[in-house]
Amino acid sequence: MSTGFIFALTGAILFAAGVAGVVLIGHLLRRILAFNLMGSGAFLVLVGLAQRQDVVDPVPQAMVLTGIVVAVAATALALALVRKLHTLTGQLELPDDVDA
Amino acid sequence: MKRFSLVVLVLSLASAFVFFLGGAMLELGPTAIDLRAPVAAHLAESGVTHPVTAVLLNYRGYDTLLEIAVLLLALLAILAVVGRAPASPTRAAHPVLQALARLAVPLMVVVAVYLLWAGAFRPGGAFQAGAVLAAAAVLLHLVGLLPGWSRPRLGLRIGLAAGFALFLAVAAGLLTQGSLLQYPPAAAGVLILLIESGLTVSLALILAGLFLFLSCEAEA
Amino acid sequence: MTFAFDLLLALSLLWSAWRTLATPRLDRAIVLFIIFGLLMSLAWARLAASDIGLAEAAIGAGLTGALLLDAYGVLGRRRGAP
Repeated sequence: MSTGFIFALTGAILFAAGVAGVVLIGHLLRRILAFNLMGSGAFLVLVGLAQRQDVVDPVPQAMVLTGIVVAVAATALALALVRKLHTLTGQLELPDDVDA
Repeated sequence: MKRFSLVVLVLSLASAFVFFLGGAMLELGPTAIDLRAPVAAHLAESGVTHPVTAVLLNYRGYDTLLEIAVLLLALLAILAVVGRAPASPTRAAHPVLQALARLAVPLMVVVAVYLLWAGAFRPGGAFQAGAVLAAAAVLLHLVGLLPGWSRPRLGLRIGLAAGFALFLAVAAGLLTQGSLLQYPPAAAGVLILLIESGLTVSLALILAGLFLFLSCEAEA
Repeated sequence: MTFAFDLLLALSLLWSAWRTLATPRLDRAIVLFIIFGLLMSLAWARLAASDIGLAEAAIGAGLTGALLLDAYGVLGRRRGAP
């Protein structure tokens, strides 16, 4: 197994773990952590599969660079919304998750 | 009991997903559309010599234009959510920390300018330079030398929008001469450096703003 | 030899990701996430993607970690429980 495959497989496992975390965890800050793990897993799959040949493919690397910057902006917006929710309701879980 | 069955269902679906995706990855043949050869063939007339920078700012320049627009939109959304919160008072940290920050920040600025310039030849570029500058701003805020930001005033607004506006202006100027974002090979290097400079300044302010606009409601 | 290093790095990534999701204390989870980000920078270096490694170290580990710790400081203190 080459380098690319090892990290692509790792990325697949990270993505699945992130999705399971987002679905199963109720606490919103932990959900944001799992969402970031999902994103990192997807980036690893992209670049890991790009390195299969001997010369590295630069197009997926540019896409992942864009993806990292957009992911931090999405995380910041999610954190702003969580803080606003906490200011308004005092809770850190969504209402239907609290009842479940 | 319902929760336990949900956990089991999600975990088994995730494991099946990993199993099938891993199997598909191991059976992948060579790529049908190989983009390495066209990228390398046209690298000489793209204006830079680093392939990733060429892809980001020349071959797929439209994606970068939309990306900076998305970042600006995210910052506007954060400003809308935070609202009219007062600026947080600066908490001065230990004097040793402040002295260390005063030593580190000029070095970070030099590193950022180097990364911006080196992006044409080796790994680097506008995004890395903007991120280092934003980290310098966050460092200054954490030691108490830079106050938190409340509603942005005119200078800050111009700085936030400058990268996107500059990129749009270059794209509009090129639109009158041909198709969208097709640099003339003679001026491609200069245009890319110009766009990257605007992007660095704007990106640094946006990324720093993601932190500094949020922290203003912390003390309220 | 490099296969052993890559395998070790991949296992460290998976271990830190699992500990991030499974620790009961939230501040430890955020610090583990920062560690995960730094290990990702090493992974990008191994994948010959130095631009992404630079950006991940500054943005992914640094800025995201600072944002999360700031949010935890505000929310944890008000609520009084992780």
